[in-house]
Amino acid sequence: MSTSTQTIEQLATREYKYGFVTDVEQDSAPRGLDEHIIHLISEKKHEPAWLLEWRLKAFRVWQTMKEPTWGNVKYGPIDYQDIIYYSAPKKRPSLQSLDDVDPEIRRTFEKLGIPLEEQKLLTGVAVDAVFDSVSVATTFKEKLADLGIIFCSFSDAVQEHPDLVQKYLGTVVPYSDNFFATLNSAVFSDGSFAFIPKGVRCPMELSTYFRINARDTGQFERTLIVAEEGSSVSYLEGCTAPMRDQNQLHAAVVELVALDNATIKYSTVQNWYPGDSEGRGGIYNFVTKRGKCLGVNSKITWTQVETGSAITWKYPGCILMGDNSVGEFYSVATTNNWQQADTGTKMIHLGKNTRSTIVSKGISAGHGQNTYRGLVRIAKGARGARNYSQCDSLLIGDKCGAHTFPYLEINNSTARVEHEASTSKIGEDQIFYCRQRGLTTEDAINMIVSGFCKEVFRQLPMEFAVEARKLLGVSLEGSVG
Amino acid sequence: MKLRIIKLHAAAAGHEILRGIDLAIDAGEVHALMGPNGSGKSTLARVLAGHPEYQVTAGEVLWDGANLLAMDPESRARAGVFMAFQYPVEIPGVSNAYFLKAALNAVRASRGQEELDAIEFMTTVRNRMAELGVDEALLNRPVNEGFSGGEKKRNEIFQMAVLEPRLAILDETDSGLDIDALKIVAHGVNAMRQADRAFLLVTHYQRLLNYVVPDVVHVLSEGKIVRSGGKELALELEEKGYGWLEAPAAAGASTGG
Repeated sequence: MSTSTQTIEQLATREYKYGFVTDVEQDSAPRGLDEHIIHLISEKKHEPAWLLEWRLKAFRVWQTMKEPTWGNVKYGPIDYQDIIYYSAPKKRPSLQSLDDVDPEIRRTFEKLGIPLEEQKLLTGVAVDAVFDSVSVATTFKEKLADLGIIFCSFSDAVQEHPDLVQKYLGTVVPYSDNFFATLNSAVFSDGSFAFIPKGVRCPMELSTYFRINARDTGQFERTLIVAEEGSSVSYLEGCTAPMRDQNQLHAAVVELVALDNATIKYSTVQNWYPGDSEGRGGIYNFVTKRGKCLGVNSKITWTQVETGSAITWKYPGCILMGDNSVGEFYSVATTNNWQQADTGTKMIHLGKNTRSTIVSKGISAGHGQNTYRGLVRIAKGARGARNYSQCDSLLIGDKCGAHTFPYLEINNSTARVEHEASTSKIGEDQIFYCRQRGLTTEDAINMIVSGFCKEVFRQLPMEFAVEARKLLGVSLEGSVG
Repeated sequence: MKLRIIKLHAAAAGHEILRGIDLAIDAGEVHALMGPNGSGKSTLARVLAGHPEYQVTAGEVLWDGANLLAMDPESRARAGVFMAFQYPVEIPGVSNAYFLKAALNAVRASRGQEELDAIEFMTTVRNRMAELGVDEALLNRPVNEGFSGGEKKRNEIFQMAVLEPRLAILDETDSGLDIDALKIVAHGVNAMRQADRAFLLVTHYQRLLNYVVPDVVHVLSEGKIVRSGGKELALELEEKGYGWLEAPAAAGASTGG
């Protein structure tokens, strides 16, 4: 249609409403990375010797590694010696009381809609709030402890449950896994730890909220969730960062372990600062997330809504070891303005009758580039394995791009693997149809996009589905004039 | 409440399609707009609805005295102008109920009426469905996705019934319908005929007019209204075809019917 480009071309500046900076005194390490810095981080956190050793091993491997270049993303070189690897608010709260949280930080989380007072929280959600490199508050700890559930910052877990941490750390993502995960293993500062004991269904959503505040710092958090036999847990993470002209690096690692008959549902709403409409600034989100379905009949579900970051590079995957185990990946990734995303999943079928489902929805607007990259590997011994993959791309405007790279490695003839892919464009005719019924263009786009993402939103816990839908609206704001 | 179209010229992609339309429709009237393919019938409907593909090059359209052409499409909809699409558009993953509720509440909000909650909405909608004989399962299906041609057109009429416009433009809603579907569409229109509502039925065939009797019939040819008359004009066209109407300047043009 003659006017489709005309209407769609006008890109308005998008508002990122989480872009403020909090003025708190920071305790930061000097710029750069060497073994001294790693000693310093480990010392600050009073870590046991084995953990320092683990970090150093990782660092030595990392020095031999090269930054990966296979991603379908473009960015300038990262100077790893120009990053601050540890930054924490000076006033550390006592771990006993939420009242001791620095009022400035408390206000920050309130502004973000994450109140740290338990009575104000949505019942049914326990929050661990991570501010730059450290966890500043965890709510509902005691209530959860009554059930034997451990939910705390990673640092606290190292102090209070060192055996559990040592038993599982690096068992899903080894310290030598890949460039960014290895860097994380060397310098990770904090993150969340959750342990659900045998037979316990966690009665509330566990949630971690990550906030980058300090300038020039990298954020390297590490999350470890272990679900024992017959237990289940639903976990959510959210993230934001201030608006800054420089790019900031975020290289996290998440490890999930599900034992026999255990279920872990891990949902992410990622809204790191995406950069401005000219492509300046924004977070480099280079993340390694992996779950291991170790036990029989175990199940791990990844749901992600990725709307932020200048560059997203992440492939939450499942290693399906236990027989009959199930891995699922539901993803919505949007790229607007100059954002780039190369994201997808890896489903590694090792056990018999293992099943995996992949539903990926990529939305590109502005000059955004959106790539789905997914691996389905069926090992020799994985009799009766099944996979269903569906990758849909939606384009808004004519300067953006969508790319799909599915990799299939099938080594067992009994496997059944299905792959479907589609690319569509939000048509001028769809928008006009909605407008003729009284809806504004923005509402029309939101509705069309929500419809497109429905299968993924359905997987999110109720309140977060609403949040995600709104976030998507904000993230695509101004994509159509 | 009046629609006044004055010397309207409109083009698409640089080609002039409407070449000076004059038309007046008053509240309570049903006007049929007929004409051969390419005469500009659907263009007029879409220009009135504000379709971005068309550029108005001259003339004006007054709706209740206001400049309709200065309004964006959603404002026109909120001001009571509804168009049933010739080719209703699919919106995958969005249920008909959700779509219609959003539309109805957008229209209501602009009229200063309160938004309907889910229960009030369902009550309103169920009543309309019963009147039109539309299956309730339609509500949970994605907007027009996987609908047959007839279902799509019925869905348009259903939307019209829920949104209660003051000017309903039906853009060849009858085309491609079998006789049963045609009767349902006609029944919907007749049920909605009332003193404060006007209709503009764009149609190629006289067939629809057997069931919806118009007050005025206009014949469009090459972007101009060349004849206007009572309902008997439609019958005359049925008998003689469109050829005899064409302007002398267009001699040698096709004699479609």
